[in-house]
Amino acid sequence: MSATTATLPAQPRVTLRLVLWGAVLVLALIPLLNQLPETSALHVGDFIVSITGKWITYAILALAIDLAWGYTGILSLGHGAFFALGGYAMGMHLMRLIGPRGAYGHPTLPDFMVFLGYPELPWYWLGFDMFPYAFFMALFIPGLLALIVGYLAFRSRITGVYLSILTQALTYALMLAFFRNDMGFGGNNGFTDFKELLGMALTTPLARAVLFYASLVALVGSYWICTRISVSKLGRVLVAIRDAESRVRFLGYSTTQVKLFVFVISAVLAGLAGALYVPQVGIINPGEFSPGNSIEAVIWVAVGGRGTLVGAVVGAFSVNALKTWLTTAAPDLWLFALGGLFVAVTLFLPRGLVGLFSRKVEK
Amino acid sequence: MTSHTILYLDDVSVVFDGFRALNNLSLFVDQGELRAIIGPNGAGKTTMMDVITGKTRPSAGTVKFRDTDLTLLDEAAIATMGIGRKFQKPTVFDALTVFENLELALKAPRGPLACLRWTLAGEARSRIEKTLEEIGLTARAQDRAAILSHGQRQWLEIGMLLMQDPELLLVDEPVAGMTDQETEHTAALLRRIAGTRSVVVVEHDLEFVRALDCKVTVLCEGSVLSEGTIDQVQNDPKVVEVYLGR
Ligand SMILES: Nc1ncnc2c1ncn2[C@@H]1O[C@H](COP(=O)(O)OP(=O)(O)O)[C@@H](O)[C@H]1O
Ligand SMILES: [Mg+2]
Repeated sequence: MSATTATLPAQPRVTLRLVLWGAVLVLALIPLLNQLPETSALHVGDFIVSITGKWITYAILALAIDLAWGYTGILSLGHGAFFALGGYAMGMHLMRLIGPRGAYGHPTLPDFMVFLGYPELPWYWLGFDMFPYAFFMALFIPGLLALIVGYLAFRSRITGVYLSILTQALTYALMLAFFRNDMGFGGNNGFTDFKELLGMALTTPLARAVLFYASLVALVGSYWICTRISVSKLGRVLVAIRDAESRVRFLGYSTTQVKLFVFVISAVLAGLAGALYVPQVGIINPGEFSPGNSIEAVIWVAVGGRGTLVGAVVGAFSVNALKTWLTTAAPDLWLFALGGLFVAVTLFLPRGLVGLFSRKVEK
Repeated sequence: MTSHTILYLDDVSVVFDGFRALNNLSLFVDQGELRAIIGPNGAGKTTMMDVITGKTRPSAGTVKFRDTDLTLLDEAAIATMGIGRKFQKPTVFDALTVFENLELALKAPRGPLACLRWTLAGEARSRIEKTLEEIGLTARAQDRAAILSHGQRQWLEIGMLLMQDPELLLVDEPVAGMTDQETEHTAALLRRIAGTRSVVVVEHDLEFVRALDCKVTVLCEGSVLSEGTIDQVQNDPKVVEVYLGR
C-alpha cells in the first residue's frame, strides 16, 4: 500500500471519503424532501429533482471522460456519441413500451414508423421490448463502437489532436446518420412521448424517485470502478501512458491493449449515463450527437479538475448549475461564458476547481 | 553465429531520407558478455539500439535475438522477450514516485486485467527494496520522480532496467551527469550484472569504458570501425584518425 498512500496521504483520503459520502447523502435526500408538503420549509420542488437527476447522469459521463482523458491522456471529443447511443437504446425500449397508446394506435409500431409507412418492425428493433436486453444494448453498443474505433486508432498510433478530431468526426457522422428517416430511429424528431418504464408511469413521483436513485447508485458504482482502476497498478500504467507512452512500450506493456481496455470501459460508462438520462428528460434526438455536446462534457472535466475523479463530478455539477442559471438569467451569454470559463481554467486553474482545495489529492 | 550468440546484427542498414545512419553494420554479442560501444556523435549508436528494440525498422539486414527475428516485433513484444533498454535521455515517469516507477518496471504480467488485480507481494517488495538500495534511492522511494536530480534520474532508469530482469541490457550513455564516484559505482554494477546477462553499453567517457574492462566496438558513420580491447582500439590508427580528425 505504501506506493499509493505516498501520493495520496492518509488524512486527506479519509476526509475526501467523508465529504463524498456526505454529498451522496445530501443528494439521496432530494427525492424524499420532494415528498414533504409544499408548505414545508424543507420542501424541494419537482424541478430540482428532475434537474439534479439529470446532472447525476452528466457526472457519470464526466467520470468516463476523465478516466480516458485525465488519467490516460486520450482526449476523446466524441464521448457524447457513446452517451447518445446508450440513450437511444433506452429510448427504443421506452418506444416499444408505448404499445397501442401511440397517436396511431398501432399495437407494435412506434408512431414515426406508422407515419413513414413501415410494414413491420425492423429486425434491429426486435428484443427491445425487454428491459434487460435494452439495458444490455445500452452498454454493449457504445462498448463495441469504442472497441472498433479504439482498435483502429490505437493500433495505428493515432494520438493527441488527431484522435480528438477523429472522435469529433465520429460523433458528427453519427448525428448525420441519425437525422435520416430511413435509419429507423425516428429521424430528426428522435423518440419522445414515453409512457412508462418497468411498470411505472414516468410522470409519477415514484418513477422520478426510482430513476433518481438508480442514477445515484450508478454514479457511486461508476466512481467505485474508476477508483479501483486509478489506485491499482493499472492506474499507474495509465498515468505513465499519459505522460510518456513510448517509454511504457519499452517496458513491455502493450499500450494499445491498455488504452483499448480503458476506452471501452469509458464508453460503457458513458452509455450507462445516457440510458439513465433519457427516461428522466423524456426525449432523445440526434442533437445529442452534436459535436458541441462532447466538447461541453470535456469542459466540465477541465473545470472540475481532470485526473481527479472528484474533479470530474464537481465539474459536471458546477458547470451545469451555472448553465441552468445563466440560460434563464441571460441565455445569450451561455456560450461565451462556457468558452471564457474554459480559457480561464486553462490559464489560471490548470488543476481545476478541486485544485483549489487540495494540494495533492490525486495525480 | 555460435550457439551462445544472443544478439545478432548482420548487414543492417538504416536510411533516413537518403542518409545512412547505419551502414551494413554487423555485430554479435555473446551470452553473458559485457560489450562497450564507442564512437563519435552521430555514429549511429543510438540508432542501433532503436533497431534492436523495435523503435526503428531497418531498411535492410538481419536483427536476431537468439533465433527470433526482431524486425517483425513491436517494442512491447521485444521488451517482454527479455531486452531492456536505458535511454540516453533518461525518461522516468514524473507523476509517479520512485517506488512506483520501479514497480511498473518490475517483471510481471503486463495485461490490463493482470495490472488491475496486481498486489505487491512480499517477494516483489523486497526485490524493489533491494534495487532501491542498489541505486542509492532508498531515502527517496516515496518522492515523485519529477523532483529528482539528473544523476538520480539516471540511477532510477538503471533501476527500472534491473527490475525488468532482462537477458540483454542495452544501456545508452549511463554516466552522463554522474560524479566520478557514481561513475565508478555504475561500472562495478554493470560488470556484476554481466556474466548472468548480456550487457551492451554505449558511452563517450573512455575512463568509464576502461573501467568496464571488456571488448570494445568502435562505430563510425554507421558501421564498425574497429573492435578489440580498449588498448587495441585506442592504438588503432583508423580510430585515432577519426577521433583526432574531429
Ligand atoms: N529519426 C531520425 N531521422 C533522421 N535522422 C536521424 C534520426 N535518428 C537519427 N538520425 C541521424 O542518424 C545519425 C546517427 O544518430 P545516432 O544514432 O543518434 O548517433 P549517436 O547515438 O551515435 O550519437 C545522426 O546523424 C542523426 O542525426
Ligand atoms: Mg546517442
